[in-house]
Amino acid sequence: MLTEQIRPAGNGAEKLLDVRDLRVHFDLGGGTFWDRVAGGKAARRIVKAVDGVTLAVRAGETLGLVGESGCGKSTFGRAILRLVEPTGGQVVFRGRDLARLSKEEMRRERRHLQMIFQDPYASLNPRMTVRDIIAEPLETFGLARGREADERVRELMRRVGLSPRFIKRYPHEFSGGQRQRIGIARALALHPDLIVADEPISALDVSIQAQIMNLLQRLQREFKLTYLFISHDLRAVRHMSDRIAVMYLGRIVELAEARAVYEEPLMPYTKALISAVPVPDPEIEARRRRIVLEGDVPSPINPPSGCRFRTRCPYAIADCAAVVPPLVEIKPRHFAACIRISPEEPHIERVAASSAPGLKFVAAANGA
Amino acid sequence: MNEALLSVRNLRTYFDSEDGVVKAVDDVSFDLQRGETLGIVGESGSGKSVTNLSVMRLIPEPPGRIVSGEILFNGQDLLTLTADDMRRIRGKRIAMIFQDPMTSLNPFMRISRQLMEITELHLGYSRARARAHAIEMLQRVGIPDAAARVDSYPHEFSGGMRQRVMIAMALSCEPELLIADEPTTALDVTIQAQILELIKRLKEETGTSVILITHDLGVVAGLTDHIIVMYAGKVFERAPTRKLFTTPANPYTKGLLRSVPDPAHEHGRELYQIPGLPPDVARLPPGCPFAPRCARAEELCRREFPPLVQLAPDHYSLCHFAEAVYAESLRERDARNQSGIGPAVKQGAEMDLSNESR
Repeated sequence: MLTEQIRPAGNGAEKLLDVRDLRVHFDLGGGTFWDRVAGGKAARRIVKAVDGVTLAVRAGETLGLVGESGCGKSTFGRAILRLVEPTGGQVVFRGRDLARLSKEEMRRERRHLQMIFQDPYASLNPRMTVRDIIAEPLETFGLARGREADERVRELMRRVGLSPRFIKRYPHEFSGGQRQRIGIARALALHPDLIVADEPISALDVSIQAQIMNLLQRLQREFKLTYLFISHDLRAVRHMSDRIAVMYLGRIVELAEARAVYEEPLMPYTKALISAVPVPDPEIEARRRRIVLEGDVPSPINPPSGCRFRTRCPYAIADCAAVVPPLVEIKPRHFAACIRISPEEPHIERVAASSAPGLKFVAAANGA
Repeated sequence: MNEALLSVRNLRTYFDSEDGVVKAVDDVSFDLQRGETLGIVGESGSGKSVTNLSVMRLIPEPPGRIVSGEILFNGQDLLTLTADDMRRIRGKRIAMIFQDPMTSLNPFMRISRQLMEITELHLGYSRARARAHAIEMLQRVGIPDAAARVDSYPHEFSGGMRQRVMIAMALSCEPELLIADEPTTALDVTIQAQILELIKRLKEETGTSVILITHDLGVVAGLTDHIIVMYAGKVFERAPTRKLFTTPANPYTKGLLRSVPDPAHEHGRELYQIPGLPPDVARLPPGCPFAPRCARAEELCRREFPPLVQLAPDHYSLCHFAEAVYAESLRERDARNQSGIGPAVKQGAEMDLSNESR
């Protein structure tokens, strides 16, 4: 019963993607020769970019994944498509664990899940025409070639708001927003079920960001897409998402419906993140008090023990260093990873000093 | 008698390119009073950075050239100074910080040396005094354990810390004017909040005037007294910050303000979007450069360049229909006030976080 409460599972809706305990660790080497021979790990440096993330994406929804640079959100997105190899855990997509597929099986599966990248300058081959960029996946999977592929490319270009007149042009002849449209058309070519969009608007001008967000939402309706929308921009994530997961140093620390995360955040980190977003309204800016966090995000090479946010958290107590807080359903469908709050008292400001009611969930999570 | 610290008059900075002459800055004028913060907002290609590189006389010539205009700093025209005289002003009386701190920090030099160099050069400090001053500056910008870290190399600092070091460098000689070009764009939001608070605090402590260049309307909202909005090398609107946000008089400004997602809106609602693309400054249309993207553009806009219309003593808009747009904004403002809630009050950001900040 408690495990049900702890596992942030889909709420009746069909899970299209079910990621369980995903880990992506990068070994940076280091350590002496003898350390390595003898299996010592004195100076071995391992970056735990994603360290035990359990997250389900429901069919048809947009799940926003938000966090600061280095929190592992991009690595998480890439690990789902196996653009980086997971170190452990499962990525269950349409009933199969992608993490266990052979390279060839994975290549075939990618038809159903595609990615849109932040930098449309870097993700498009500069020597290929728009036609070849968009048609490449069609031809690779043998779905269309020649004239038929041309026709499909023109149709895709129209769907993403590009004039088919430009079909013979090269990426450098387009602006940033247009290049992002090319990347989106390519991702759509195979009619995928899931699109992982990694910072798709961050490199774009303000007036173009709105265009791309509107386009993504329209395409979601037209193609019945499911999105994992990864961004550091809270305003954009709030606008795009049904639910939002907040990530900090390789772990999910809060997960809830978008409105709840934005208007009633439970985690001190989420509160600080939201209060740090500048609001384009001088009246508000003059009155509001920011929670300015001390210091930087710690290095993921040697992350703090226990709760990783504790080094910057104004509410941290000794227990926070000792135990890793599990993600617990504090309010209905609102999960948070903090031992200082509980369903009985979800407001951390009101929790008695040095009280850690969440400790009872730690044992349950470890036993589960 | 000119009261303004900086007064830019009819500045034109052009670049020669394969596509012809690019009028990156075309007839830009503005004043900056002492102790004031001016925000310059624009998208890529708007000319906001070139305007300030012109003020610093850092335009690469060729291909660039300042064609005409005046840049009066304390009443003295910077464009008439010799390179040597300009060097004495740059870094001492006018300092600049950039988006990427590594553009101004030397990766091979210790932080201490880089900070000391400035005061030794400009203020004639001795080594010992310069070093003490360097440590003090690092403390002021919030580098913990400054005395121990002053001899670090830039790569030993995080992005936010490097930005602090650059601010320390820029403020070393207590400049009268600080130009900050997208100072927080490369930073995470929590670090951005730290840096913006720092700039605000240092400004209050030192009385330095600040020009803050950014594409983010949120960043300027809390920090500036006046804002100019640039588009295609021209000033499209100029107003006190509050007026610009509550009663914009230019369709481009209005469009920008409306296209930012409002957290109070329900998910799935379509955002207002300005159609089309930012202009290619080398190929501007004959009339208003924004006309191809403007919802209310008429035949006149495509034919004739718009006038700069004055709507209030300190509020200007470059638009054939500035008065009508302004009147519409005034009506919208009154309607908001009557309904009792501004659009802002509904925003999530308004939640009371104050008791948590300490």
